[in-house]
Amino acid sequence: MSSVKIMVCMGPGGIASGGAEVISAFESELRQANVSADIHKGCSLHKVGCFGLCSKDVLVDLIIDGAKTTYQSVKPEMVRRIVSEHIIGNLPVAEWTADENYHNFYKKQVKVVLSDCGRIDYENIDSYISEGGYKAAEKVFAGMTPEAVTAEIKNSGLRGRGGAGFPTGVKWEACRKTAAGQKYIICNADEGDPGAFMDRAVIEGNPHAVIEGMLIGSYAIGASRGYVYIRAEYPLAVERLKYAIKDAHERGFLGSNIFGSKLKFDIQLKLGAGAFVCGEETALIASIEGQRGMPRPKPPYPVFQGLWGKPTVINNVETLANIPYIIKKGSAWYSSYGTEKSKGTKVFALTGKVKNTGLIEVPMGITLREIIYDIGGGIEGGKALKAVQTGGPSGGCIPANMVDINVDYESLARVGSIVGSGGMIVLDEDNCMVNMAQYFLQFTQSESCGKCVPCRIGTKRLLEILSRITKGKGRDGDIELLEKLSRDIKSASLCGLGQTAPNPVLSTIKYFRNEYEAHLKGKCPAAVCKELLTYYILEEFCKGCGACLRACPSKAITGEKKKLHKIDPAVCVKCGACFDVCKFKAVKKE
Amino acid sequence: MVKLNIDGRMIEVAEGTTILNASRMLNIEIPTLCNHPKLTPFGGCRLCLVEVKGVPRPLTSCTTPVSEGMEVTTSTPALEDLRKTVLELILSDHPNDCMICEKAGDCTLQELAYFYGISPYNPPLLKGDKGGFLGERRIYEKRDGNPFIERNMEKCILCGRCVKVCDEIQGVGAIDFAYRGFKSKICPPFERDLDCEFCGQCVAVCPTGALTGKMWQLRGRQKDIKEVDTTCAYCGTGCNITLHVRKNEVVRVTAKEDKWNEGWLCVKGRFGYTFINSPDRLKKPLIRIAPKHIADFGFRISDLNSEVRNQQSAIFKEVSWDEALDYISAKLKEIKEKHGPDSIAGLSSARCTTEENYLFQKFMRAAVGTNNVDHCARL
Repeated sequence: MSSVKIMVCMGPGGIASGGAEVISAFESELRQANVSADIHKGCSLHKVGCFGLCSKDVLVDLIIDGAKTTYQSVKPEMVRRIVSEHIIGNLPVAEWTADENYHNFYKKQVKVVLSDCGRIDYENIDSYISEGGYKAAEKVFAGMTPEAVTAEIKNSGLRGRGGAGFPTGVKWEACRKTAAGQKYIICNADEGDPGAFMDRAVIEGNPHAVIEGMLIGSYAIGASRGYVYIRAEYPLAVERLKYAIKDAHERGFLGSNIFGSKLKFDIQLKLGAGAFVCGEETALIASIEGQRGMPRPKPPYPVFQGLWGKPTVINNVETLANIPYIIKKGSAWYSSYGTEKSKGTKVFALTGKVKNTGLIEVPMGITLREIIYDIGGGIEGGKALKAVQTGGPSGGCIPANMVDINVDYESLARVGSIVGSGGMIVLDEDNCMVNMAQYFLQFTQSESCGKCVPCRIGTKRLLEILSRITKGKGRDGDIELLEKLSRDIKSASLCGLGQTAPNPVLSTIKYFRNEYEAHLKGKCPAAVCKELLTYYILEEFCKGCGACLRACPSKAITGEKKKLHKIDPAVCVKCGACFDVCKFKAVKKE
Repeated sequence: MVKLNIDGRMIEVAEGTTILNASRMLNIEIPTLCNHPKLTPFGGCRLCLVEVKGVPRPLTSCTTPVSEGMEVTTSTPALEDLRKTVLELILSDHPNDCMICEKAGDCTLQELAYFYGISPYNPPLLKGDKGGFLGERRIYEKRDGNPFIERNMEKCILCGRCVKVCDEIQGVGAIDFAYRGFKSKICPPFERDLDCEFCGQCVAVCPTGALTGKMWQLRGRQKDIKEVDTTCAYCGTGCNITLHVRKNEVVRVTAKEDKWNEGWLCVKGRFGYTFINSPDRLKKPLIRIAPKHIADFGFRISDLNSEVRNQQSAIFKEVSWDEALDYISAKLKEIKEKHGPDSIAGLSSARCTTEENYLFQKFMRAAVGTNNVDHCARL
């Protein structure tokens, strides 16, 4: 009897593209075709986590007797043919299978954290165990001293994947060395950068890896209790994690006498209420304690005085999910990837103007060019690359001429950006850098906790200056004022939010000062900032079809049929409707 | 003990001392707005930033504990520049109406603006040209309806002192931070009117004009005031208070931090001083001369019109203390002889000191001869 395994992506992208509908289509088609009974195939349907290439979702892996075929952009109505032609007829539907682009997307990736994501059934603990799950924890509990565990993590060179890049092993060791007593390990799943969904995908696709990482961490530092601080905006991740914790409890991986030892470890979920600043570790601790999520100055560091005043280790989701794989395969294996100071792999959420958007995992030190052109498939619509924004609102932009830079902590810091938690937004010639800086400032300003003056009022003033520049009301000296204020906010702010909030401003000024200057002169080079645009109709292209006239909501366009149309700039509201509707590219904006 | 160097001077302080407190021991001034010696450090105003050798970024001296061999610099051009930026930012979101502000002359923010030479109305004094950081200002038109505390949140710099004193000292927690970003605000739950003990501790620690006493308004600024130190007469605790007197009238009450009550007061001590000039106040003993039923109308003498009030002398007679005490003593003796000592009872007061209460029970037992003695706190 042959076996058929159908794996449907139910990661964030998969669900958004209709993964649940695809699954029910498979269920009903398989039932109708009576696959198991008629053709003696052991057929199983699995929901799995993120495959990575979200722009081609819903992705479906069909494994017949070990041979894998991937279908991309699957819609429920395509399922009938896949079932009848491929599962029953044994002939893949060639026109829907993943193309070369799909395979190129994976070619340069190295999957560690995501290695089981998209392959295992996140709702099934056995699926994780069958891939070697909880073996690392068993190895640790059975024969490693806590010191050996921290040493192994130190040797692996793993650094905090939440953004700061602090060596994980060093953090663990410091906590281990504090006086014995109650200690805590906290998993920071308060992923808040706009456009970032690495942690979400890991928890939704492989929740047990995070639990196992915490379990190993608890052993290493001597903690009997763990918390997962997770955004309430991730209901699916919360649900899957809850389910996984329950399963792990039932199997004895959590609770008392773990692996026959006298040790106990429990994990409690704490749902965040939607404050970005709660990703900052001291604010996160305050939030778990029931206080308003506001950071406090460090020192003392949480490793010495954390949750309820006790030594506490806080690790990001991705950091913890790396742990089981490092323990299983060894620190030497892990540190064989990456650069001298940045070891291992990093997950990025690749978004923006690239062809292939989605979740990627690459070895540290890979060049930005490889990410954008080999993995990302290049810029969409044949446009020119302008810059890449890494590290979300705390990061900076890297201009196109630096695209051969290595992606690691040190190299990115050198050019004024950061690896951050892993957001990577690709910008092309149609993106206005001033507008982008304004967007991020808008975000950080509204997410400032309000505790310290430079962040609360300083970012507000930055935003005001930026918005007057994008409205064509900038004043001489505004660029210098932005630079000065940005530097002061960075030096004087209390926590990481304020200390990094001006980065998008500083790095866009550094590399795209000419765009700022153009705005001061009343021009937006990328034709994005509405107030600085003028729409007009090119005489040589206008056919007088009247499409623009009909589309204009403010009656700014006049002209008789088959004759040249005109836009009255005094009436024009710059909505862009004429630009979008013109088939002859006769409407121009500048 | 920990040895460290601050601005080139060595000092040895107890472990756990903050850089700010160590500096103060050396009489080195570091500007602060959110720090208060009796409250846990906050670290929000960012004015007390100092440089510590080997640390790449400036640290808040109010939150950083000293460590052995630390080398601290409390003032450099860069630090002063940061402080000036912070002050400019605060003032860019402040009404700056010092000319009509109750707090003028007693306002930390005003003092610092003066010393750093910052005026929002004088752009050349500011770093950013053409108006510096001027931008949107928070406008809160709604005023709190409570009877004691004027809350002008437009003047609030969110230093958090009021929140901390309410929580850490008073144990009430009537207010906290709400909202985020520029809209952050300190308010009671759901922005309702303040409904607390009205101890006014928050008013006492506010460094700006955001919190003031409602009854203090337009009664005189600090420079016109004579301070008179005295003891609060409300209860046996006997807090040391300072009366602020203008034109021979008490216009507000504060407490000093170096006294045993550490500067803290309750609602009665802080706001309950209007009895001093109340027409109802009894200043001399009165003996009733009219038959009881005449006075038994259930009204206050002050409520009577002047004609009737003139007849007050027909109801009560003003007497000296000697006369009054002789009268009481004669009456008590008369009752004791006629009906026995147990027909007399004494009720003492929580407003008396322990010593006074002791004497009172001694008087009741030894002089009057009864155990009928009790205390108002049991009622």
